[in-house]
Amino acid sequence: MSFATLSAAKMAQHRHRKRINVLALVLSLSAMAFGLFWLAWILFETLRLGLGGMALAVFTEMTPPPLASTGGLANAIFGSMLMVSLATALGTPIGVMAGVYLAEYGQTTWLGRVTQFISDILLSAPSIVIGLFVYSAVVAHLRSYSAFAGILALALIVIPVVIRTTENMLSLIPNALREAAYALGTPKWKVISSVTLKAARAGVITGILLALARIAGETAPLLFTALSNQFWSADLSGPMASLPVTIFKFAMSPYENWRDLAWAGVLIITMGVLALNILARVLFRNKY
Amino acid sequence: MAATLPANPFPKDNKMEIAAQGGGQTPRKRVLPWADAAFSFLAHLAAWVTLALLAGIIISLVIGAWPAIMEYGLSFLWRSEWDPVENKYGGLVMIYGTLATSFIALLIAVPVSFGIALFLTELAPGWLRRPLGVAIELLAAVPSIVYGMWGLLVFGPILATFVQQPLQGLVGDLPVLGALVSGAPVGIGILSAGIILAIMVIPFIASVMRDVFETTPALLKESAYGLGSTTWEVVWKVVLPYTKSGVIGAIMLGLGRALGETMAVTFVIGNFNQLNSLSLFEAANSITSALANEFAEASPGLHQASLIYLGLVLFFITFCVLALSKLLLSRLKRNEGSRT
Repeated sequence: MSFATLSAAKMAQHRHRKRINVLALVLSLSAMAFGLFWLAWILFETLRLGLGGMALAVFTEMTPPPLASTGGLANAIFGSMLMVSLATALGTPIGVMAGVYLAEYGQTTWLGRVTQFISDILLSAPSIVIGLFVYSAVVAHLRSYSAFAGILALALIVIPVVIRTTENMLSLIPNALREAAYALGTPKWKVISSVTLKAARAGVITGILLALARIAGETAPLLFTALSNQFWSADLSGPMASLPVTIFKFAMSPYENWRDLAWAGVLIITMGVLALNILARVLFRNKY
Repeated sequence: MAATLPANPFPKDNKMEIAAQGGGQTPRKRVLPWADAAFSFLAHLAAWVTLALLAGIIISLVIGAWPAIMEYGLSFLWRSEWDPVENKYGGLVMIYGTLATSFIALLIAVPVSFGIALFLTELAPGWLRRPLGVAIELLAAVPSIVYGMWGLLVFGPILATFVQQPLQGLVGDLPVLGALVSGAPVGIGILSAGIILAIMVIPFIASVMRDVFETTPALLKESAYGLGSTTWEVVWKVVLPYTKSGVIGAIMLGLGRALGETMAVTFVIGNFNQLNSLSLFEAANSITSALANEFAEASPGLHQASLIYLGLVLFFITFCVLALSKLLLSRLKRNEGSRT
């Protein structure tokens, strides 16, 4: 008798636990579906509306005035590519060297610990504050908006991204490799540059690609550094158009032709950034 | 030769000995005595540049904001007046907008991210884990301007038609709830900004949570399963307590992102500098969107200084949140080292 009631109570508890488990797992599954749903929806709308605004003229013509019948984003695309590549070229060496410092020199020093801490915070710091910084440090003194200031702002965003990946990749390199090189009498700089950095090459390149992808879509730091420009310009000391800032300006406007171009620009940026991300992952997976 | 080497206790001398012996054949010019020092100097320099960057940001923001700091002091934080015509400024509306949108974002993003992390670590079959994880990470890579434009032109109108208007019909006459949903149904305001922020920070929180969950030793989980625990009990009573500080760190990281996000918020919050209703659907403003919209046109002087002051406040808040996040995450990493 008592055994029967006991087991009945146990069975009830067991069923209760099972029910909670199933409920939790169903909720977890729906959370996953929820996350994927937004990705699918955003990509779908970007494709649908972006392809609507897409035309050859987008790549060959300059940004039009409101309500014009033709026009493209050629100057904005060019400006973006120029600023993004120069910013990467400027930020990468600093980021790689700081990453080398963190992984090879300063693991135990206070400078190493503080730098790692600061760079991780800068990694997630609001990018508009970087824009404010470059504005007060450069634009306010030169009294003019310039592409150079925009490049500087983007480079400052590249640095922490590259530091993070370089340091992570270098710390994955087994110490035996370093010791073997030292045992051959190799000086430290040679060990780092031709052994550890070389072994971590794919990872470092992944980091650079991710940094490229990150700054290609950055709008906030360019708003008051490079500003924008209605015309084609390769002059680094003057304002320069960029794709994100142009999209911002066009999307907020009530003009139909500007909005269509903004959607085309959004499609270009999304595809470019996703392609860079996928390339970075493929590259990294093939190596390790 | 091989017998004499171990007898020598100083490897440095060994090297010199070998170098001296082989001096004839070794191409001398390849040994650059200054290269080591130069390389080390460059690495140190790069680390100092990073530190100087932080110092530079703080110093230049304080200098830029100085006129506003002198004029208002800390009362800037609770003055709600923002009037460029009268040249009077206070940051309360923007600070409220930033905090309110981030709070809504976390309210949605934390449970969803937890669910995703649980799914990716415990539930998904092995072959599905990687592609799903990558898909979630790609969501993080989509530039914020895409979210912003999508939010303004696609999501906002849908939210207004299918959520706000039914809600207004349902509770529009009640005193407090009615105020929360009042306003023209155009789909901009604090709620849509909060939802879009949530979509943006879900991938950050979820992927860090997943990494954190994976640090739980398999031994602990298997022991719990062996005692007959359900999957949920293992996650709730073993994994979560073990990774507590890391999970909070992940949430803080998401909060830091949400607070500083600019473009997605600027598009949908409406850029309206007055705080005259409680409504979640009324146009408002956030620090980042005020900066994005007004800074380039602001007149030098008190207006610009006040905007920089807002930037300084934002940087201070995000710095504290991110520093806390980093400390919590590194504590988990340290514990991991000692327990396994």
